[in-house]
Parts: sequence; C-alpha cells; structure tokens
Amino acid sequence: MNKMMEADKIMYEQFKARAVGVGAEVYRFETKGDALDFIVPFLQKEGLADAPGSYAVWADCPFLEGVDRNTLAKLPGLRFEVSRALASQALFGISQVDWAVADTGSLVQDQSAVEQRLVSSLSGIHIALIAPDRILPGKAPLFARINPQNSRYIAFITGPSRTADIERVLTIGVHGPQRLIIIFVDELGGEKR
Amino acid sequence: MKKAFKAAVSRAVNDANLTGALGKFSEAYKVNRVKAYEGIDFEALRSSIAEIKSGAASHLDEVADTFKRNAEALGAKVFRTRDPNEVKEYILKVARDNGVRSVVKSKSMATEEIHLNAHLLKNGISVAETDLGEWIIQLAGQTPSHMVMPAIHMTKEEVADLFSKEVDERLSTDIPRLVKVARNELRPKFLAADMGISGANIAVAETGSIVLVTNEGNARLVTTLPKIHIALVGVEKLVERFESVTPILDALPRSATAQLLTSYVSIISGPTQNDDGSLKELHIILMDNRRTEMAQDPKFKQALQCIRCGSCLNVCPIFRLVGGHVFGGVYTGGIGTILTAWFDEMKKSEEIQGLCIQCGNCKEVCPGKLDIPEMIMEIRRRLVQENGQSLAQKAIFGVVNNRKLFHGMLRAASVAGRPFTSGKFIRHLPLFLSELTEGRSLPAIAAEPFRDGFAGIKQPKSTEKAVFYAGCLIDFAYPETGVALIKLLNKAGIEVSFPPEQTCCGAPALYNGAWDVAAQNAMDNIRVLLAEDARYVVSACPTCTVALAHEFGKTLETLGEHAWLAKAKELAEKTVDLSTLVKQLVDEGRLSFREGEELGKITYHDSCHLKRTLKVSEQPRELLRQAGYQMAEMFECDMCCGMGGSYSMKLPEISAPILQNKLKHIKETGAPLVAMDCPGCVLQIRGGFDRDGAPVRVQHTAELLADRLAG
Repeated sequence: MNKMMEADKIMYEQFKARAVGVGAEVYRFETKGDALDFIVPFLQKEGLADAPGSYAVWADCPFLEGVDRNTLAKLPGLRFEVSRALASQALFGISQVDWAVADTGSLVQDQSAVEQRLVSSLSGIHIALIAPDRILPGKAPLFARINPQNSRYIAFITGPSRTADIERVLTIGVHGPQRLIIIFVDELGGEKR
Repeated sequence: MKKAFKAAVSRAVNDANLTGALGKFSEAYKVNRVKAYEGIDFEALRSSIAEIKSGAASHLDEVADTFKRNAEALGAKVFRTRDPNEVKEYILKVARDNGVRSVVKSKSMATEEIHLNAHLLKNGISVAETDLGEWIIQLAGQTPSHMVMPAIHMTKEEVADLFSKEVDERLSTDIPRLVKVARNELRPKFLAADMGISGANIAVAETGSIVLVTNEGNARLVTTLPKIHIALVGVEKLVERFESVTPILDALPRSATAQLLTSYVSIISGPTQNDDGSLKELHIILMDNRRTEMAQDPKFKQALQCIRCGSCLNVCPIFRLVGGHVFGGVYTGGIGTILTAWFDEMKKSEEIQGLCIQCGNCKEVCPGKLDIPEMIMEIRRRLVQENGQSLAQKAIFGVVNNRKLFHGMLRAASVAGRPFTSGKFIRHLPLFLSELTEGRSLPAIAAEPFRDGFAGIKQPKSTEKAVFYAGCLIDFAYPETGVALIKLLNKAGIEVSFPPEQTCCGAPALYNGAWDVAAQNAMDNIRVLLAEDARYVVSACPTCTVALAHEFGKTLETLGEHAWLAKAKELAEKTVDLSTLVKQLVDEGRLSFREGEELGKITYHDSCHLKRTLKVSEQPRELLRQAGYQMAEMFECDMCCGMGGSYSMKLPEISAPILQNKLKHIKETGAPLVAMDCPGCVLQIRGGFDRDGAPVRVQHTAELLADRLAG
C-alpha cells in the first residue's frame, strides 16, 4: 500500500470513529450492487411499505446512474419522485452526499435542490451514500472546496437529530432523522479495498 | 439590594430542582469541554475569533453594506435598521402582504430580545417555537433561562404536565416519549406554516450567506418548508470573509455543548427553490439595537466578539446556583448582564451586576476573548458615577479612605467583637448582621495587629530588601501569615520592611464601583511603597497583589490621573506574590526545606486572583511538595470559594452554598489539611470548617512553608 492509500485509510477510520461516536452507522461496500444488496433488505427489515409513514424516497444522485430504477421501484413504497407530500410520510430518505469530514464525522452536501433537503430532513432514517475519495481531513480543506456563490444551501450533517433540552438527557430524533446510515461505495470513486 | 431581588435569589438558591440540574450540568460541562477541545490550540483559536469579530465590529457599517449588496445580488431582500420596533413592523408587513396566518420559528435570541412573538400574536398571527426548549418555555409562558438551553431550569415532570395539557392526554415523564410528542405535535405546524423565522449564528459579508448551527433539525425545516423565510440577525453576527466561518464553527459547538460539531450546520446564500417550484422569498434583517453604539465604546466594544455560546454561564459559580431567571431579562448570566445594560437600559442591570463575584472563570473559557468581569466592573463604575453610592457604602468608603480612622475602627472591632468571640472565631452576630455568620464563622480581629508586632520581629540586616504589603486581612486578622512571610524571606537573606502608612489596596471600593476611592487608595499606597528603595514589594494576598500589579495603573488611567502612571508602573514591576518569590528563591538555591519527613496528604485551593489574573498555580503546589507534603487534588480546585470580599456579606445566600460545595470537595480528598495563598479564602474556608466541624486544618501556604524551613 502506498503512502497516499495509507493516509486515506487513516482518514476513513477517523471519520468512521467520529461518526459512530455521534450515533451514525457506517458501512462500506465495493460496488453499487453490493450496496444495494445491503440497502434493499435493510429497507424491508425496517418496515418499508406502500403506506403513509412507511415510504422510502430516493433523491436523484450519481449512484442511480446505470441502476435499473424500474426494478427497484417494484419494491412497494420505494419512490424516486420526491415531493413534500411523500417525503413527509417517508420512513426512509436516501441521497448521495458530496463530502465527508474526518475530524468531526460530518457529511456535507450541496442541498440547493429542495428534494435533497426533503429526503434528509423529513424522513425517520436517512441513508447517505458517498464515495470514499470524498473524505477530507477537516474544515479548512472543505471550505476551500465549497462555494456559496454556486451552492445556495450547503448542509452539514453530523449524526442523527438530537436534543438535550429536557433535563440535559441526550435524546435522539427530534425534528430530523432518528438514524443516520452512512454507506461508502468504492465504485463511486476512490480506491478499491 | 432591593428586597424583591433578594427574594428572587433566595427562591432560586432554594429550588432543589434548579440547582440540582444546573449544578450537575455545569460540573459535567467543565470536564466535557476540555475533552472537546483536545488537540486544539484554544488560545490561538480564540485569538483568531477575537480578531475576526473585532475586525468586523470596527467598521460595522461598511461590513453590513457589503453583506446587503452581496445577499441582494443573490436575490435576498435585506433590511437594515437600528430600531427594534421597525423590525417588528417589517416582519408584520411581510406577513400581511403575503396573507401569512402561521409562523414556525427556530431558536433566535434576537427575536426574543425584541419580543417578536407577542407582537405577532397580538396581530392575529400564530407563532410556534420549534426548538424543543423554546417550545417548552413558550407553552409555559416563560423566558429562556439560558441562551443555549432555554428550558434547563425545568424538570421532566413539569414538561410532562405542560405537554399533557397541550395534547390533552396524561403523559408519563419518560423523556424519549416526551421528545416524540414534541416531534409529532410540531411536524404538522412545520408543514402548514406560511412563514419561517430564524436567527443566524454567523452572517458572511463577502458571500451574503447566513450560517445556522442547530442540533434538532428544526432550522432545516423552518428554512425549507414555508415559502417565506425571514432571518433576524444582530449585526454582531457579521464577519467579513467566508473562511472566517471555520474558526467560529470550531469553537461554537465545543464551547456551547462540548460537541465537536452540532448535528446540523446550514449555510444559506440567497433564496432557494420551494418544493412547488417557486422561488423562496428570503428576507434578512440586520438589526442594530445599540450594537453600533456599543462598538464605539472603548470598554464595551469587545462585547461584539461574543459568539453566543453561553460558556460564560456554564462555568459561572453563581449561575449554577441561581439559574437564568433572576437576571430578569432575555439574556442571562455574565454576558446577559452586559447585554441587558445595553439593549435594555443600564438601570436594569443595577441589581444583576451585583451577582458577579469577579472570579474570572468566564474570562478563561470565552472563545471570543471577552473580559466579562471587567465589563461588569465598568457597569458598576458607571452606575456609581450616575447614581452615586448608596449611603451605607459612602459611609464605609469614607472610612476606608481615611487610614487612621479605618485602622482605628478595625482595632475597635477587636474589642467590640469580643462578646461574640469564641477562641479565634466570631460565631454569631446579633440582628441583621447574623447573615454574615451563616454557615461560616468570622475570624476574630487579632488582639495585636501585624503593624503593632512588626517592630518586635528581629531581622538580620541585609542590602537586599523587600517591602511587605500586608493588606487589611493579614494586618488585622492573620498577623501570623505576615510573620511567616518574614521568616521565609529572612532565611533567604532578604530584609523585610513594613511602612506603617500603607493602607487598604482599594479592591473593596473598586469592586463596588467606587473608583475615586480606589484611586485615592492607589495614590496613597504608591507614595508609601515606593518611598523605600527595595527590590521587591511582596504580598501574601492575591487580591492585594492584583491591585498593586494591575489595578492601580488601570484605575488611575481611567480617572485621568496620568501623572501617576509611571509610578504605578514602577510599583507593578516590583510587585510579586509570595509563592512566586519563594519558588524563585528555592530555584536559586537560596532557600530549602527540611528533608526526609513524610508529612502526608494535603490539598490545595486555587484562589481566583492568583490562578486567573496572576496565572500562578504550580508554584505553591511545587513548594508544598518540596516541603514534604503529598498533593491530593480536589474536584474543581480552582472554583471560587464564595468569599469575593464584600460579596459574601452582600449575598450570603449565594456565598454560603458555594462554600458548602468547596468544603465537600476538600473533604472528599481525605486530606486533613488544605492550603491556599489568599487570606480571604482562609477566612471563608476556615470559618466554614469551624461551623462544619470536620477536622480539616486550613492554612495559608506561607505558614506551612515557614514551618518546614531547613536549618
């Protein structure tokens, strides 16, 4: 393993430790197929159904390029068209994010497109897909890469929604998702494992 | 202090729920905060934040213009105003123009500051706070007690009662269940709202962006779902460059809640698309409300460096006891006192500024480098300047300003105190003075003050001289500390002189806003202490040392006594506290302690002025170890003991529980002996143990060291 790859691995491990530390769940798969083999049973196990409160809404993203949406759409309750009405009744929101920041375990995404916000803010479980080569060590390199002139809504997501407003007891899932599932897919970019 | 205020303080201190929740939080916070900052150079970080924020504050007008231009170029509507009433009218107009019937809000202290909710409700628009804490206090009809944790004063039982009424169902006190109820109740409000109102944690001029930092995810919904978004931003939130967001994001969550980063950060630059394809209407209101005036005031401009993290509340020994509501306004704690004095009126801070004990904890942790204690002292000074001193204070300082009369009265007290004295303590005082001895005995005034005994101390002659500045407590209550100091310095070959015309260091007057008295004390002492050609001016009282080394110059400069500044500087340079000097002498091989004896466990209490103003904490510990003691650190060793000079007499109801906590932490170490470098702390803690009855000896470091001198 060359030095570059070694550094990437350390960054991935740091990201994972930080993200898990704030309550996110982190997975890594080689191919999109492997990722789907995890996602589909996960949705089914956690209660995906074609009923209000049980939908999954999947916002358009690079991951879906070359994926047969029609076959996936046969899963009852899984939708690719994202509206406020659907998102507000969604158990799952799925999207692909732009960056991962290792030192805080954060995900960062240009969410100028409203459907990206709807799936990640209204759902109960947010599944975030990301390419491993999008991990950055900290905020400084991130801020060199994001530009508010092109991105009107830049969102940082660090773990699930939380509060400690009642007696300082940490409680997960107030207004945002109660679970954040982060899935790295090597095929989306970056070195193979 | 007024009766009503004293009553509110007493109620708060005796509210077990409040002090329990706050106490637990504040103890855990200190530990977690340190952990959150691991690997980060806090001093460098806060210097950069202070620079960024003070830079913007120094030309607010221009920065606000740049923000307006850039945000408008992106399609936002920006409204700048100095007047809170115009803010309310503007928001109401936007609401009326768009037929708005319901509003959802994410947390915004600026909207609290101008009482926006009441204004909207009065005009027939429904408003739902969506931050859980804010919603709780909205339902309870209260104001926030903490700027980051608005409902920290409430118990789960109280929350369950409130929510039960709201959903018309008897709810249990299960917290996750209560949070779920809030989610379910507020979700339809988000979806139905016509307008979202937020604040902003940062506003970036060069990009026209606002930055929102939240944990619950409500700000994301408030800024996404309704078709109109209004952000109300105090102009102190402005920074010039986009890259300045990074250091603030590094510090804000760590200082506020000891998190590396909050769950959500949103950077919004111009309007985005709504989910029906239309473009959102984005209004950004830049509100002044006296912030520009503040920026132009040399003493208060630093307040604009505040990033509203609330860490000054979290580390405050007073706030953890009384909570936010005794502050009476929207902003609470130390920073709240300052903001209330400005945004509301100076007069409103009259009572609450007295809550500050000047321990300096907040100054140490502030990520914006604000010197809150100094600003509170300045408020005191201006209040006294405006309203004059109270009659009682005038009488007291009239005496302090006349050394002969003052010292005469202290001597008289030695006699007058006798009927109430048992051994070395005054245990009970009659009538209205009884509060002074609540939970603590006062020291009996010494039969022979240090100044009378000094001539009888035999000293070796030396060309190396030190002037001893005793201060009132050592002079009149603890002369033995002065005797120990002389023994230590003599051993190292230094001859000590004691000019008898020395008088009060002026700290009591200064901390009560009577700067003219303090200045007179400063001049009198400078004259006397510099009269002799000595290498050092040494004191065994950190408060006196701070007065000599820091405050004299500042006080005289503030009062325009420029002729005295060079002399004040000369005195400051010669002044040294005892532990620092003794450590230096030991390091130079001029002093040593007897070896070969294990003296057992000792614990050390850091005095506020010594640790945080003089930055001395290792020296006394190192000396005590070298003298043969084994150091057993107590929890919160550098937390104030509650003395604070006259504070313990003005607010004994606060001072007493702070002392109890200190005694508890000392006892928990199991050490039979506690050392400290301040005679004020000795008075407080020794008096506390006299009442408490625990067999813990309380000693000034000087005495312990003098007993262990070699040879």
